[in-house]
Amino acid sequence: MEKKDYLTISSGDQAQPFEWSVGRYGSRFLTELRDHKKILGIKCPSCGKVYVPPRKVCGRCFVEMSEFVELPPRGTLAAFSVLMFSFVDPETGKERPVPYGYGYVKFDGADNTFPHFLEETDWKKIKIGQRVEAVFEEKRRGHLLDIKHFRIISE
Amino acid sequence: MGKRVAIVGSGQTYHKSARLDVNGIELIHEAVTRALEDTQLTLKDIDAVVIGNMDHFEGINYVDTWSVDGAGACLKPIFKVTTGGTTGSTVAMAGYYTAASGLFDTVLAIGWEKNSESDTTGAIITAFDPIWDRPAFAGAVAGLAVEASVYMHQYGVTEKDAARVSVRDRRHATKNPHAHLRGEISVDDVLNSPMLSYPIKLLDMCPRTDGACAVIFAAEGRAEKITDKPAWVWATATRHNYVYIGDWEPTAGLKTLESASREVYQKVGIREPLKEIDVMELYLPYSFAGLSWIESLGLCGKGEAPRLLWDGVTDMGGELPINPSGGVISCNPIGATALIRVAEAAMQIQGKAEQHQVPDVKVALATGFGGCFWSDIMIMGKQIK
Repeated sequence: MEKKDYLTISSGDQAQPFEWSVGRYGSRFLTELRDHKKILGIKCPSCGKVYVPPRKVCGRCFVEMSEFVELPPRGTLAAFSVLMFSFVDPETGKERPVPYGYGYVKFDGADNTFPHFLEETDWKKIKIGQRVEAVFEEKRRGHLLDIKHFRIISE
Repeated sequence: MGKRVAIVGSGQTYHKSARLDVNGIELIHEAVTRALEDTQLTLKDIDAVVIGNMDHFEGINYVDTWSVDGAGACLKPIFKVTTGGTTGSTVAMAGYYTAASGLFDTVLAIGWEKNSESDTTGAIITAFDPIWDRPAFAGAVAGLAVEASVYMHQYGVTEKDAARVSVRDRRHATKNPHAHLRGEISVDDVLNSPMLSYPIKLLDMCPRTDGACAVIFAAEGRAEKITDKPAWVWATATRHNYVYIGDWEPTAGLKTLESASREVYQKVGIREPLKEIDVMELYLPYSFAGLSWIESLGLCGKGEAPRLLWDGVTDMGGELPINPSGGVISCNPIGATALIRVAEAAMQIQGKAEQHQVPDVKVALATGFGGCFWSDIMIMGKQIK
């Protein structure tokens, strides 16, 4: 048989929806983001690290956290890329539009980073250490993408 | 204390971008048959089977169940291990543990993937947190591109330095009939290839491949009867260190590999890995890893890897050849990829690597890498230890 003679069968367009639990900590973050455009972190009582988004356990200390901390919607760019190739976005089943900037933002007062879209797509204009600020969507629904992207600012 | 265990042989498919002539069962069967031929064993000699892949690449679950005709596992103990990119090395570790347990003497470990059956990046994204990571994440390419941005920023390493890694691996692959991409490339080819995700270009990145690999582990007492050249497993280690992508510490180096390698070096008494290890088969999914991660393995200081690469230290004929097989940049059937590293390291000790054999290998090291920054290591030697 030749290559053209081998058949493939497509899975088609059917979808399998899931309902993922966000939990007590994540729900509070998304609700504050939606209703007040606020960024919430959480502080570990043992090592003092502030994590965004908030979660129950500091994995390093293996202790429960409860102290929520409000953070400014600004920070420093810790790492980045600019996506030029397109791929099937499993969230939508469609090609994700490119180019898009992708950056890890260290919010002022946080110890970890927050990966999200960057407004800038020219990698020559993006530098590690730049100051960035969250741009919020007008209509928010309690989702990570209530932050539209981060834009580079000069301070 | 467990029994001492050796790798006694292995088999691989001829890896290609799409094997439309076989389904998963038939692809697995090819690798298993070659491993049995390599060891002169029959299925009756196999006491247990470990198998792994990443279900979400094919969209078919439970390979331990549906593959048994091809895996040779009918009415035998079989279980599945899936750990993302490290699946192949974790399958190897599970094969090693099973043989070392004293409960099963001869264990068949299988890794396989048909990456042609889905959008690899889309499938990889489904392995990450749906609330916090998936909306902006772009799979392995983006995760690695971000790592490269930090490494370049910290040490002034260039895209040209990274290209030298792809050139080495692709040159080595020309001598390996099982590799998927077997054409030689130049530094300029890499630099001029299309940008995927800054600073990673097409030729900096591993391909997506259809293929399978099988490795046979045997316990002391049995291994010596199967072959007069067993590759003895000396130590293994695995490390994970965070949940959400943003918890990755944005400083150069692969922390999990650094930690895992120090554990195995200490277990086997290695102080200077560059001098004491004869060959490495590393899971380097993109070019920059061939710089930053060999620093994490302690082959040189931070930011010094480009010098090693340009001086040819890691080329065939160099002090420590890396990826004689051509590595992951030349061939990447994901669930098999890390098991191929283990198989190739063992082939080097057994003297079976033919055109890509490094002379007189006594100690070899293989690694596995997963998704965003977890690591497996297996170190093996000619002598029983």
